[in-house]
Amino acid sequence: MTVQKLPIAKAINESLRKALDTDPKVLIMGEDVGKLGGVFRVTDGLQKDFGEDRVIDTPLAESGIIGTAIGLALRGYRPVAEIQFDGFVFPAYDQIVTQLAKMHARALGKIKMPVVIRIPYGGGIGAVEHHSESPEALFAHVAGLKIVSPSTASDAYWMMQQAIQSDDPVIFFEPKRRYWDKGEVNTEAIPGPLHRARVAREGSDLTLAAYGPMVKVCLEAAAAAEEEGRSLEVLDLRSMSPLDFETIQASAEKTRRLVVVHEAPVFFGSGAEIAARVTERCFYHLEAPVIRVGGYHSPYPPARLEDEYLPGLDRVLDAVDRSLAY
Amino acid sequence: MTVESTAARKPRRSSGTKRASAKRTPQPQSSDPQLVQLLSPEGERVEHPEYRIDPTPDELRGLYRDMVLTRRFDAEATALQRQGELGLWASLLGQEAAQIGSGRALRDDDYVFPTYREHGVAWCRGVDPTNLLGMFRGVNHGGWDPNSNNFHLYTIVIGSQTLHATGYAMGVAKDGADSAVIAYFGDGASSQGDVAESFTFSAVYNAPVVFFCQNNQWAISEPTEKQTRVPLYQRAQGYGFPGIRVDGNDVLACLAVTRSALERARRGEGPTLVEAFTYRMGAHTTSDDPTKYRADEEREAWEAKDPILRLRRCLEREGHADEAFFAALDEESEALGKRVREVVRAMPDPDPMAIFDHVYADGHTLVDEERAQFAAYQASFVDTDTTGTASAAEGSK
Repeated sequence: MTVQKLPIAKAINESLRKALDTDPKVLIMGEDVGKLGGVFRVTDGLQKDFGEDRVIDTPLAESGIIGTAIGLALRGYRPVAEIQFDGFVFPAYDQIVTQLAKMHARALGKIKMPVVIRIPYGGGIGAVEHHSESPEALFAHVAGLKIVSPSTASDAYWMMQQAIQSDDPVIFFEPKRRYWDKGEVNTEAIPGPLHRARVAREGSDLTLAAYGPMVKVCLEAAAAAEEEGRSLEVLDLRSMSPLDFETIQASAEKTRRLVVVHEAPVFFGSGAEIAARVTERCFYHLEAPVIRVGGYHSPYPPARLEDEYLPGLDRVLDAVDRSLAY
Repeated sequence: MTVESTAARKPRRSSGTKRASAKRTPQPQSSDPQLVQLLSPEGERVEHPEYRIDPTPDELRGLYRDMVLTRRFDAEATALQRQGELGLWASLLGQEAAQIGSGRALRDDDYVFPTYREHGVAWCRGVDPTNLLGMFRGVNHGGWDPNSNNFHLYTIVIGSQTLHATGYAMGVAKDGADSAVIAYFGDGASSQGDVAESFTFSAVYNAPVVFFCQNNQWAISEPTEKQTRVPLYQRAQGYGFPGIRVDGNDVLACLAVTRSALERARRGEGPTLVEAFTYRMGAHTTSDDPTKYRADEEREAWEAKDPILRLRRCLEREGHADEAFFAALDEESEALGKRVREVVRAMPDPDPMAIFDHVYADGHTLVDEERAQFAAYQASFVDTDTTGTASAAEGSK
């Protein structure tokens, strides 16, 4: 069967399984990824089928996970390392930013760093502190890293395949609150490139640009706006580094209005980068300033407040109203 | 807590701080059973119940030559920094025995993860010493191919490479190879979390790695007692693998102990921590001023234990080297110094477009865009200042 309806978590699981099956150099490593199958069960059953040597339960030390993944990559392996939650990545931040990102350049291209770092990220699951963050901009700022985030099961499957095949380090941000959203996965369809944005819905009045968990919110906002006679285009950016500016620019020039939506705090976030570049590239096409919708400049709030903190349908539509009012 | 008890504790704290510099960790003596020594500072062989080594006269002369040439290279690099040809240099002066002894214990298929001071180990691996100087001149960040000599790039952030070594060793074990990996670090690095994590990972996975700690007594200005309350080699015990302290100024002991640790790794018995007890005779780097924090007497005491001097005494005592040998080596040293000087002075600045090279292996649209913008910006100047740059470079020669 080549077309299956899978939840995003299962699509990633199938993708990892395929990678382990086809390339003996691929390794899975992380905390609780073995017998437990990961706290979200994304690696469920992989250790049983591929053994403890290839699906490695690591000590509870994030810097150690990434540091040893670097060493394994230097030995010719292609490690896929899991960081259990977004807020736990920071003990490994030094190894990622200082070593993983820079090693290819340090060696003047003579060595490669095919390491994938999987990070379940974002809020909306009612978790305690450090389990709901969106730190993608902190990594997109670093040259040498590639940053992607799928929003559909098909992308989850194929983007993971492409990330593992990449000779550059890829941080793979998984929208954890969408893990159980199902979608069709054609495991034989030839995928598009990893770092291209996708027009998730066509429209003519305004463009909503989002990635990961916010794509669904934007699609819902577009559906709601349609009832009010507004035609919104939705871009699923898929990749934060590199960003696909061809697709963003084409859409912004078509609709002349752009709203960028992400869970991460707005301040110094990816929306700021997109707004600045769209302004540089298509200033005269724009009817309104680029508007950003995202988290606030506060620590991620306690779970009972996260519905207020996270961009939802109404906050996106409010931004749409403000843009169209220009 | 009462006022009295706080007051009672205060003087103890402050007097402890004051006396810290005088209360240095006792120096291990040659009679210290915990310190493996096979060659005394006077150049006499010392028996050890566990570690023996019986080098041929050729091998002894070879070790001596390695140490002398390494020191000569190091002195040349320091001089080149003083002349403005290098931006910085991290001298290994005093640590030649630790580096040559451990470096010569390695097989070709073993893999080395150095700090930024392992010039002697690089020498043993056959890395052209001038390759080490690019990063100190500021023309690259290393740039050599680690796989040509199984000698990884210099790592500047303290301790990070111990995890890379551990991961690499995990890969060696997965491959079923009997190679070993050696991670170099220092007493300062022993405080880093990454070093602790590398001990944990290597122990848990039984990775074939040797942790070679050159305890040179100083982490820039901080003495070892600011890093640890126990001898560093004892740290291994808590992780479940052996730790050994070796006289780091004794090239034979360093060779024997490292060889034994590497063999243990090859046999699948896991990691070993070797603490080479040595001394950083020079400054931390050419930017440092040790007169601010340590006494001349300490350096003088260590001078008497000089690693090169003691092997020379041994060679002479045992009749393995004559004047002709030492004279020829002097000549070779000077030739090396001259070559290093010439190569460094001829090392060109990189092309400005190199900023955009090798950022990614598979490319990145932003890098392409910025490269094109920068090229257009450069081309927008009617008269580039290459002649001005060239004449300035000539003026500095």
